[in-house]
Amino acid sequence: MSEPLLQVEGLETTFFTKAGALKALDGVSYTIHRGEVLGIVGESGCGKSVTSYSLMGLLDHPGKVTGGRALLNGVDLLSLTEEEYQKVRAKKIAMIFQEPMTALNPVLTIGQQIDEQLFQHTDLTPAQARKHSIEMLAKVGIPSPEERYSNYPHQLSGGMRQRAMIAMALALGPEFLIADEPTTALDVTIQAQILELFQSLQKEMGMTVQFITHDLGVISEISDRVMVMYAGRSAELAPTEELFRSPRHPYTASLVRSIPVLGQRVDRLPTIEGVVPSLMERPDGCAFQNRCPYQTAECAQAVPPFTELSPGHFVACFHPLEAK
Amino acid sequence: MMSFILRRLIQTLIVIGALSFFCFYLMSLMPGDPVDMMISSNPNMTSEDVSRLRELYGLDQPVYKRYLNWVSTLAQGDLGYSRTYRVPVTEILGPRLWNTFILSGLSLIFSLLVAIPLGVFAALNQGKKLDYFINFFAFAGISLPSFWLAIVLILIFAVQIPLFPASGTMSVGTDMTSFEGFFDRIKYLILPTLSLSFMSIGSFVRFTRSSMLEAMRNDYIRTARAKGLSRSRVLIVHGFRNALLPLITVVALSFSSLFSGAVITETVFAYQGVGQLVLASIQSNDFNVAMVSFMISVSMVLTMNLVADLLYGVADPRITYV
Repeated sequence: MSEPLLQVEGLETTFFTKAGALKALDGVSYTIHRGEVLGIVGESGCGKSVTSYSLMGLLDHPGKVTGGRALLNGVDLLSLTEEEYQKVRAKKIAMIFQEPMTALNPVLTIGQQIDEQLFQHTDLTPAQARKHSIEMLAKVGIPSPEERYSNYPHQLSGGMRQRAMIAMALALGPEFLIADEPTTALDVTIQAQILELFQSLQKEMGMTVQFITHDLGVISEISDRVMVMYAGRSAELAPTEELFRSPRHPYTASLVRSIPVLGQRVDRLPTIEGVVPSLMERPDGCAFQNRCPYQTAECAQAVPPFTELSPGHFVACFHPLEAK
Repeated sequence: MMSFILRRLIQTLIVIGALSFFCFYLMSLMPGDPVDMMISSNPNMTSEDVSRLRELYGLDQPVYKRYLNWVSTLAQGDLGYSRTYRVPVTEILGPRLWNTFILSGLSLIFSLLVAIPLGVFAALNQGKKLDYFINFFAFAGISLPSFWLAIVLILIFAVQIPLFPASGTMSVGTDMTSFEGFFDRIKYLILPTLSLSFMSIGSFVRFTRSSMLEAMRNDYIRTARAKGLSRSRVLIVHGFRNALLPLITVVALSFSSLFSGAVITETVFAYQGVGQLVLASIQSNDFNVAMVSFMISVSMVLTMNLVADLLYGVADPRITYV
C-alpha cells in the first residue's frame, strides 16, 4: 500500500443553530492513499457532503469544524486561514458538485469560468488560458470545445455541463479531487458515460479521489475502498470487494442485503426498519442501536470505537458480524 | 431582436393610444370647462357668448369627437395652446420637462451610488449590527414623508447653515451657457435631489440587499469559492453580477415613478418642473397642458419598461428575444 495522501482523524463539524449546537460530524476518520479512489456512501443527511465541505473549508454559516485533523501531505487543512485556503483550493484539492445545473454561474460562459481560476493561480496570459481551457474541454470529451468555450451553461445539456464541471475541477491538475455525488442528478445513460470518463481520467492523471454517492452500484464500480457513514460517524471502511462480500457492521450488512439482484424475483426488497435519528435526538452510544438486530445494553453506553478488525477493515461496532 | 423591439413599440403605441383616450375621458368628467373659467373671470358674458364660445372650442361636441379632434391636431405636431399661460404647450412644457428630467436623473444616479454599496454591505453582514443599522436607515428613508424631509433640509441647509438656496431653479439673470451658470444650477439642484433620493435610496438598499442575499445562496457561489477565487472576485463577479438582474427592473421602473413623483419635491422647493405644472394645469382646467403631460408620463413608464426588458437581455444570457 502506498503512502497516505490524506489522513482524516476524528473530524467533528458542528452547526450552531438557534435550536442548539448540532454535531453533523462526530468523529469521522479515514485515510486515502495516493492514486486511490475512496468511495463514501450513506443515506441523505449522514454527513457525506459535510465531510467534503469541511475539508474544502466551504462550510456555510453556522457550520464550523470543531475538532479533528485532516492532513493533506502532512499539512493540516483544518488549520488553514481563508487566504491560505484560497491558494490550496483548485490547485491541490478540487471539487465537483452534484448539480451541474446550479453549480455553474448562469451569466458567465463556460470558458470564463474555467479561465478565471487559471488567472487566479497562474501567470497565464488570456490567450494561453483560453488554449488550456479548450484543451481541458476536449479532454473531458466535449465535442467542438472551441464553440463550447464561449457557450453559457444553459446552452449545454446536463451531461455536457457535468463534463465542463469536471474540466473546471481538473484545470489546475489537483492532487486530490472530491466528487460530491457527481452522477446523482444525471439520467442513467449519461451517468454511465460520466463514470467511464471519470475512471479513465483518474487512471490517466493518477488522481486521488474521494467519491461520494448514495448509489451502491456506482460505488462498487468506481472505488478501490469504501467507507460507510451513518449519522455523522464512520461505520465501516474496507476494500470494495471485501465490503460487499463480507460486511461486518450490521448497518452495512442491511444495506448490502437491500440491493436488488438482477434476475432474482422477490416479493419485497429487504429494508432497514426505522429511520435515521435526527441530529437533535441522536442517542448516547451507537447511533444505529435503535434499528439494530444485535443491540445490547453496551450499545447505549458508549460510542463503539472505529477499530481495525482485520488488516484494512475498520468497523465501529461492539458486535461485528463474522467475516465470511 | 429587432422584431422584438418593433413588436414592443407597436404594443406600446397601442397602450398609449388607449390610455390617452382614458385620460381624455376622465378630464371631460371634471366639473367645469374652460368656458366656465372664462365666465368666472368675465361676469358680463351673455349666454349667447357662452354657447358661441363652446361651439368655437368644440366643447359642445361628444367626448369621442373632441378626442378625435385632439388626436388629429396632435398628429399634425400641434400640441395645442395653454389657456392659463397663453402660449403654445411646447413653449411652457419643454423647459419644465428638461428641468424635471435633470432632477430625477440626478436623483436616480445619486440613489444608486449610495444604495448599491450599502445594500451589498448589509447583505454581507447579514444579522450583524451594521446590517441592522443600514436597514434602519433604509426603512426611515422609505417611511419619512418627502415633504417633511424637504422642509427639514431647507431648515438645516438653507436657513440655519445657508449653504444652498431654499427654493427656485436658478438665480435670476444667470448666463446659462457659462461655467457659473452650470454651478448655479447645481447649487439649486442639491437639496431637491437629496430629498427626492431619500426614499428611493431606502427601497434600493432593501432590493439590493435581498437580491444579493439571494444570489449568495446559490450553488455557483460555492463552486466559485471551491476554485480558490479571491473573496472580492466571488462577491463581485459571481454574487453581485447575478444580484443585478432583479435590480434592473426595479431601477428602470422607479425612474418613471421618480419622474412623475417629483411633484411634491418640486412644489416644496418651487422648482420649475413638470410635476408642479401638471398639478396646476389640472386645477385650472388647462386641458392641453394636462393631456400632453399625461402622455409624457405614460410614455415614460412604457419606455422604461421596454428599456428594462432590453437591459435584461443584455445582462442575462439566458434571455433571448425573438
